[in-house]
Amino acid sequence: MSIVKQVNPVAAAELFIIQDHVHEPMHDRFLWGTMQRRNQEAAAIPEWEELRDLASKIKEHTLTHLDLYLEEFERNATKRGAHIHWALDASEHNQIVYSILYDHGVKELIKSKSMLQEECQMTPFLEKRGIKVVESDLGERIQQLDGQPPSHIVFPAIHKTRQDVAKLFARTIGTDPNNDDPHFLTEVVRNNARPRFLAAGAGMTGGNFAIAETGTFMVCTNEGNADIGASVPPLHIASIGIEKMIPRVEDMGVFLRLLARSAEGAPLTQYSSHFSGPRKNGELHIVLVDNGRSRRLGMPDFWHSLKCIRCGACMNTCPVYRRSGGLSYGATYSGPIGVILDPTFDEFKYSELPFHSTLCGSCSEVCPVKIDISDQILKWRRVMAEKGYLPLVKKLSFGVAGHVFGHPEEYQTLQKAAGPAMDHAPHFLLYNNSLNPWTRDRELPRVAKQTFREWYLANRSEHGNVQN
Amino acid sequence: MATQTETTSRRDIPESMRVGLFIPCYIDMIYPEVGVATLQLLERFGLNVGYPLTQTCCGQPMSNSGDEHNAEAAEQLFVDNFKDFDCIVGPAGSCVKQVRCHFDRMEQTDEVKHVRRYTYELVEFLHDILKVDAFPWAEFQHAVAIHNSCSSVRGLGIAKPSEIVGVPFDKTASLLSKVKGLVLVPVDRPDDCCGFGGTFCVTDEAVSARMGLEKAHDQVRHGAEYVVSPDMSCLMHQQGVARRAGLDLKYVHVAQVLNGGPF
Amino acid sequence: METSKTNREIIFNAIRASLPDMKVEHPGIPVFQRPAAHLQQLFEQHLNEAGGAAHDVASAAGVGTLVKALHPKAKVICSAVPEIAGTRHIGIVKDPHELADVDVGIVRARFGVAESGAVWLTQEDLVVDALGFLSQHLIVLLDPEHIVADMHEAYRRVRLNETAFGCFMMGPSATADVEATLVHGAQGARSLNVIFLPASER
Repeated sequence: MSIVKQVNPVAAAELFIIQDHVHEPMHDRFLWGTMQRRNQEAAAIPEWEELRDLASKIKEHTLTHLDLYLEEFERNATKRGAHIHWALDASEHNQIVYSILYDHGVKELIKSKSMLQEECQMTPFLEKRGIKVVESDLGERIQQLDGQPPSHIVFPAIHKTRQDVAKLFARTIGTDPNNDDPHFLTEVVRNNARPRFLAAGAGMTGGNFAIAETGTFMVCTNEGNADIGASVPPLHIASIGIEKMIPRVEDMGVFLRLLARSAEGAPLTQYSSHFSGPRKNGELHIVLVDNGRSRRLGMPDFWHSLKCIRCGACMNTCPVYRRSGGLSYGATYSGPIGVILDPTFDEFKYSELPFHSTLCGSCSEVCPVKIDISDQILKWRRVMAEKGYLPLVKKLSFGVAGHVFGHPEEYQTLQKAAGPAMDHAPHFLLYNNSLNPWTRDRELPRVAKQTFREWYLANRSEHGNVQN
Repeated sequence: MATQTETTSRRDIPESMRVGLFIPCYIDMIYPEVGVATLQLLERFGLNVGYPLTQTCCGQPMSNSGDEHNAEAAEQLFVDNFKDFDCIVGPAGSCVKQVRCHFDRMEQTDEVKHVRRYTYELVEFLHDILKVDAFPWAEFQHAVAIHNSCSSVRGLGIAKPSEIVGVPFDKTASLLSKVKGLVLVPVDRPDDCCGFGGTFCVTDEAVSARMGLEKAHDQVRHGAEYVVSPDMSCLMHQQGVARRAGLDLKYVHVAQVLNGGPF
Repeated sequence: METSKTNREIIFNAIRASLPDMKVEHPGIPVFQRPAAHLQQLFEQHLNEAGGAAHDVASAAGVGTLVKALHPKAKVICSAVPEIAGTRHIGIVKDPHELADVDVGIVRARFGVAESGAVWLTQEDLVVDALGFLSQHLIVLLDPEHIVADMHEAYRRVRLNETAFGCFMMGPSATADVEATLVHGAQGARSLNVIFLPASER
């Protein structure tokens, strides 16, 4: 049994930044550009803020009545020919999927993007049992070929340059390493995936939304790969988290108007597909997955994270994410939403994540379902502090600071000593990178010769109200 | 969370109000001229300003790190120092946000509620409460890029956040535009975080520096000579990064510009 | 499956035990005021932005001519509409795999959405769902009178209870996964051309 190690996003982010002068600036630029497109699209909708409020309330209503809507969905989906399965956790999800594939004699499956399947680590599970799994989404395929998880939930390979992709394809598919034209690279995967769609015994998708009223689930893609996977192989398996429920068909108008605009600055994804039963002569299985969601529902400070519609806008706006790259978070979910979700999977392993943030609050403003992401990040810090997961240096210095800031006389004594100490300290000590990381990329500020308090006492204390 | 529209648009501040001057710890120690400028500016409007000598810190460094336990004493001391003032004004958005929004873990006595509700950041106080429309004593013949901190924008409502769809406004710009000779320059990323984030700038140093450098380049690209902010803590970080990168930018607090000094 | 039944109970018990005390009411969807707009124009503009194109024809005969002009090298044209014969009628297709060689698929959409340039296609329109996704190129006939303003109106028109599959299709297939560079023709159709033609015309 292995010992769980803490993920260190700070060190990982630093590696991402210092690898060269290309990757991190590119990553930041592309996602900032996506944010600008999002802002433009949002500004074109006068009722944008009202839509966010509606979406938030619809999700809160659904989640506070989740059992009723799950029952309604199951009833209606079953009536229309879908087979519903219930999975307690990741392991059960994988087992159920494998059983269905085994029962149908499937040796090869093709899948579209699903964060849930990634969360459950489904692919290695199936491959160990002799089932070939092919990612059809371009970004996911790139990451699959490279043996890496996706780094962004909408743009899985956005941390890679076109040269990276060209070299990867050359290595794994045998194409020209010098042809890095995105059109060519896209065509490579199109031609590579198409025969796999035709050969696959099953197509797997995720589910963006599940409409209780009609037993319908939705899959939104730009490539149309989910639709090929659902319409060609005779077996379609969809993995859907229980929190994806939406009450009524008319609610979808609100969510679809928000989703693609938030994610990428387009009015819709190219394909917004609604599945209410199997295709003609086909079979449809839906695996509804808990994997910690019901437990999260019971956390008063954190259950709002279940409203998430996986748009990725919080990642695009987060300056820390843009500079770090998604792989720095060491989890299926990265960026601000990852910071508040991941500790629910493993509190110790992800105890550093809540500190990998400046609490700027941009994520909360951009979230289409108004999750209080930034406030939850602060609440997780309190959890980590109470559990004793604060880095040792912080624990010690805050203990001292807390005492000093509570006692004015001690504070003033410290002030008197700080100035001269900093003035006379040898330069190498102040600018030594490991002792004082401030100075690695910054010049130090200097303590003033006369504090404000001293100035006040010298210039104002005969007037006004001096309290002692 | 108490934003500008909830607290400062209320007209229940008495005429002869006693204003408590809140000088954050780092202003006290490193940028006392900002404190001097703030006090002199408030006095120009005939306000009765008091300065509790026993104030220390709002508790933000501890509280922001989740260490509520060690923030308690500082937060309680703040309330004790300022409870008898009609309102409290401080030249620091993040510290004021701490008081208004995060003094929520201690028992909410009448004193605590009073202090939380009537603590203002300087720009919002001048703009919303005093409704100052001229600064005749001030002149600043320079190209200025404004930096509004994330706390001020998204926590206190000093400007419309760029993510929100609505009518644009910027209280800092509104005040600075009244200063003779001052030219405001636009920037590409007005409210993208500069990377200070309190202890973040030392614990997450590489990311913080990249964020700060982005700010500085943005400002230089648009021809700014000065960066003016209601938050000196952000400027402290930006200045450090800019100097290291050899960029020629000068940094002053909005109080210094509006008061005409000291610089 | 026996285990599934138990799982279901466990999950529902866990949910019921965790439901937040504070229940939130469904807010209801308001009707948003819209200024009068030229819907066909907006539809075309957004379709163009999404990488598609729209065309007017004088009559059904014009469709065939236009398809030949747009896709001169097409060998297999599979039609699901009465206006066009194509080289293969969808009615004879028994299995979706048979559509792997289709160069151009021709379908009729029930309605379009002005704010996005999307068209609504159902299983009944496609006859075989895969026609919409294996075809290298798509031609979509659309009655220009059947364009709604936004997604709220669109969802009042879809009949999800009456179809096993329905898709809002906005332009051709696309991706921006490599350096955020937009590419059309990722997996599905490489191009999507909408031809305005009322349904009654023959």
